[in-house]
Amino acid sequence: MAITRSGAHTVELLDKLPREEHLEMYRMMVLIRRFEEMAGKKYMEAVIGGFCHLYIGQEAVCVGIQSVLRPDDYAMGTYREHGQALAAGMDARAIMAELFGKATGVSKGKGGSMHLFDKSRNFMGGDAIVGGHLPIAAGVGLSIKYRAADQVCVCYFGDGAVNEGAFHEALNISGLWKLPVIYVCENNLYGMGTQVTRASAVPDLSRRVSGYGIESAHVDGMDLLAVRNLAEVAVRECRNGNGPYFIEAKTYRYRGHSMADPATYRSKDEVEEWRVRDPINLFERQLLDKGLMKDADVQRISSEVDQLVDECVQFAEESPAPSPDALYEYVYASEEI
Amino acid sequence: MPTMSIKQALNEALREEMRADPDVFIMGEEVAEYQGAYKVTEGLLAEFGSKRVIDTPISEEVIVGAGVGAAMAGLKPVVEMMTINFALLALDQIVNHAAKYYYMSGGQYNIPLVVRAASGVGLQLGAQHSQNFESWFVHVPGLKVVLPATSRDAKGLLKSAIRDPDPVIFLEHELIYLNKSEVPDGDFTVPLGVADVKREGTDVTIITYSRMVLFALKAAERLAKEGISVEVIDLRTLRPLDTRTVIDSVKKTHRAVVAEEDWPMCGMGAELIAQIQQEAFDYLDAPVERVSGVDVPMPYAKNLEKMAVPGEEELYSAVKRVMQGV
Repeated sequence: MAITRSGAHTVELLDKLPREEHLEMYRMMVLIRRFEEMAGKKYMEAVIGGFCHLYIGQEAVCVGIQSVLRPDDYAMGTYREHGQALAAGMDARAIMAELFGKATGVSKGKGGSMHLFDKSRNFMGGDAIVGGHLPIAAGVGLSIKYRAADQVCVCYFGDGAVNEGAFHEALNISGLWKLPVIYVCENNLYGMGTQVTRASAVPDLSRRVSGYGIESAHVDGMDLLAVRNLAEVAVRECRNGNGPYFIEAKTYRYRGHSMADPATYRSKDEVEEWRVRDPINLFERQLLDKGLMKDADVQRISSEVDQLVDECVQFAEESPAPSPDALYEYVYASEEI
Repeated sequence: MPTMSIKQALNEALREEMRADPDVFIMGEEVAEYQGAYKVTEGLLAEFGSKRVIDTPISEEVIVGAGVGAAMAGLKPVVEMMTINFALLALDQIVNHAAKYYYMSGGQYNIPLVVRAASGVGLQLGAQHSQNFESWFVHVPGLKVVLPATSRDAKGLLKSAIRDPDPVIFLEHELIYLNKSEVPDGDFTVPLGVADVKREGTDVTIITYSRMVLFALKAAERLAKEGISVEVIDLRTLRPLDTRTVIDSVKKTHRAVVAEEDWPMCGMGAELIAQIQQEAFDYLDAPVERVSGVDVPMPYAKNLEKMAVPGEEELYSAVKRVMQGV
């Protein structure tokens, strides 16, 4: 059941896709990186409150997955979902405004960093209970099957979620009912500060998932095209009624679990080893080597993204806080109708 | 007007709403082929098929969670928890997800989900199968909590719950499923958040819900013979709470007894007493009395169980206490 896709497949994809699509994926990874760096900076300035979990290092995973979805597909993530929200096409300015707790935020300032929602993009959060959204993804998959549609639902979560009961209940029912859900485990090796090997009796996730009759594969989560390649397979299988599909993307977060975490449980050498295989640098090199991108493109994209991130901050700063009336808004939908 | 059991009334509500709206479906343990642990879903699989009446594994968290997801995608799931005791395994989905998404998404994702469960004390079922948890759910903004006591209310409230855009916890007392009472013909609903004066009176108000309503009516009958006129309010919905009806009645009778089968600590009675003293303190002629279950896990032995569960006798005595000196 377990298969790894990389190498030859990646080279094929490099040739196959139009240049614009490559550049867009590259731009999105750079945007996520710079957006997150800015979010970290603003958190240190105490402009962003609460918890703030950065996605830096994991960019290739969500960009690779989202790049093969249709606008009518669904996605949902955890509290580390800024990158996924951006890759789902949500307005970067409104995301930053949400982090700032402003009325113009994607969730009108009611959600914050951990609860980004955008119904117009079928992005269903932003759920901050570990494993808690996996049953919900199964329900979205059930609705797709109920309507005999060919959409898919992508559910992102970390390696920490796989020891929750919700994970096992959701996978069992998804396998039992053949639901079109793509479960994407972003295995960044640590559930908060606990290494996978200290938390899982069987750390090989493909083996654990095989107990639920679910097709599964692992992939190098630092290699954008490898992720995309596997995502294409998963989406095709789900659309053809052969879901669900489980993807383990082996990746790494460069920063701590949250901004409050100095990550003293791992060595600097380990972080450096992963940084050598940085997903943005890797893809950049691939595109430059193939002549699909030039140094001038890199410079242009870099300055465009920086400008956008600055605009995000300016928009968030200038936006109003929610009005006091908003405190009681959206508790019950029956009151809004 | 025809009479039918609460079980039949609930079955009719489900059947009518499923006929009217193809987005309504049922999911839970033993709801389809077994036709429901309490036979509430009897005959629904035959009429609507396995796409809309779905048997699940014994996995409460994913049953409710999948209901939340299906609701977010626009369907109207009615999920069954068999009994409220098992719903504790799905508490995270109910409290952290169903109750929160509408608010924390800034009004983008409402959750039109009904969680049905048999609830309340049973007969010698012991500590894990004979409990009330309505006060836990009532505590949570974002949830609605409904507990019918009659067949008419059971049908009308369940139809309202299914049509409601918010998550509704619908608790059916397992000892009154077979109680028969009148139900109007045709399509009718009973609105959520509106209490019902089940008996009018002038001397004292008993405020209660679910099976305790039936004991309150019996106690009122007995007290009437002693010249005490008791008003009985059936709250029907605990959230939203119809405070107006309660306060108006207490202002009229000047005496109140609050009653619940649930444990007393932080229960519905405590909340009602707080609201009464705040809104109608100057109208009270006696301290408000509280009737509740005894503050212990439910024992198995018949004699002990009888002591733990409140009924007509406790209500009768409580009314006599608030009427002392009159």
